[in-house]
Amino acid sequence: MKEEIIIAGFGGQGVLSMGKILAYSGMMQDKEISWMPSYGPEMRGGTCNVTVVISDTRISSPILNTYDTAIILNQQSMDKFEDKVRPGGLLIFDINGITRFPVRKDIKICKIDAVDVATKIGNNKAYNMVVLGAYLKEKPIVTLENVEKGLKKSLPQRHWDSIPQNQEAIRSGMESVVEL
Amino acid sequence: MGDKVLMKGNEALAYGAIDCGADGYFGYPITPQSEVMETLMKEMPWETTGMVVLQAESETASINMVYGGACTGKKCMTSTSSPGISLMCEGLSYLAGAELPCVVVDVVRGGPGLGTIQPGQGDYFQMVKGGGHGDYHTVVLSPASVQDMYDFVGLGFKLAFKYLTPCIILGDGVIGQMMEKVQLRDKTPRWTEEEIKKISPWACTGKKGRKRNVITSLALDPSVMEETNLRLQARYRKMEKEDVMFENYKTEDADYLFVAYGCMSRIGETAVDMAREKGIKVGLLRPITLFPFPTAEIDRLVPQLKSIMSIELSSGQMVEDVRLAVNGRVPVGFYGRMGGSVPSPEEILNALMNFIK
Repeated sequence: MKEEIIIAGFGGQGVLSMGKILAYSGMMQDKEISWMPSYGPEMRGGTCNVTVVISDTRISSPILNTYDTAIILNQQSMDKFEDKVRPGGLLIFDINGITRFPVRKDIKICKIDAVDVATKIGNNKAYNMVVLGAYLKEKPIVTLENVEKGLKKSLPQRHWDSIPQNQEAIRSGMESVVEL
Repeated sequence: MGDKVLMKGNEALAYGAIDCGADGYFGYPITPQSEVMETLMKEMPWETTGMVVLQAESETASINMVYGGACTGKKCMTSTSSPGISLMCEGLSYLAGAELPCVVVDVVRGGPGLGTIQPGQGDYFQMVKGGGHGDYHTVVLSPASVQDMYDFVGLGFKLAFKYLTPCIILGDGVIGQMMEKVQLRDKTPRWTEEEIKKISPWACTGKKGRKRNVITSLALDPSVMEETNLRLQARYRKMEKEDVMFENYKTEDADYLFVAYGCMSRIGETAVDMAREKGIKVGLLRPITLFPFPTAEIDRLVPQLKSIMSIELSSGQMVEDVRLAVNGRVPVGFYGRMGGSVPSPEEILNALMNFIK
């Protein structure tokens, strides 16, 4: 198993932390992992992305040009990464940041209204966990049990009381993802 | 053995320093390596191992603090990125001249000048060929994973004290910023004063009961200065004999060879696999020590090869050492990106295909 993922959106949407939680979850599942962020001014706003690789075997390049999955949270990232999904791959996007839907026919395309879902469960801060849930529904590469362990590893202890809400957001995301 | 944890390369440098029993870290923040000091300040090792962590007022100050600490036989280190390393080069030359061990990390970014904060390898000439003035080298280690970043701090001190020289860890923005799993090692305690006296009898530890030790890089008498130079050169020859390190990736049956270090060796590995899927037998040689350079290993591989290509985040720096090792026996190509741009494995493969067609 080898899954190469790009997560891209605006700084502040939780792109890097979503990738981090996915990476930690992969580690709890005894996988090899790499997490390579775009770093610099992006984290203060502007577009931002992270490449996560989860694999059974040694990972060579942490920097890639094509991906098995793209998780897209704004239009700039859609323009940049739609073409970079490998044929047969997966593209998940949040409809709120998007003005032009993807047009590829050779990949699986899923949408989610993550802002709506996060608002409905009363936890806007868990927006990125809703998106993560949508991804894990389509590609259950890590178990929810390991995601919980991953959350514990990546969050400081003072935030552990928010883990149940994060898990709820993941579950809601899983229920709300729609294949186009 | 400790835990397996997920961390950034820069964080790994900090934990590597604490766990190998370093005595002091002096630094000044600069992207893309600011997490080193950030992590040390968060971990507060002065409360546990007694390690000193200090933010200096500039890179010039931090390298001279390292000089001061190293004079007392302590394991001292600093870290910075390219513009900072330029400021440290005077200090590095003094450390080399005074035969002082220390670890200096350069997490390279694109240059020249203030450049960019994105990854680069344009400091190869500066670090591998010396950097400061005068006839000197330092051991230069090239990490290609977060685990390397963790392990090379301890290894760096080992080599620095073996050869009484600064040891450079020449990283890059990719290895500094990426997160991977790291196997933590058993913690090595800091040396006691008694141990320091035994390990480094040259150190300034208080002269009670012995003749005073003098540490300086100044020798106005040319014959004395030449003695120092001869001693340094003898050490460099010993390094070349005893401590060359490299890693081979699928070189056994290779017709073509990439030579790459740091993040480029990782990207190159993927390009090797892609080439082999097309039936082209490519291998990769990754120098782990850039000085001493694995000249003998290239020499050993040349007879089986049709050509060699150096791939770097520079306009072509390490390729000069590759050419010297090959000595005209097979064509040596080069592909590089500059100014903070990082090529994809596909791009590397295309460059190779263009070169060998």
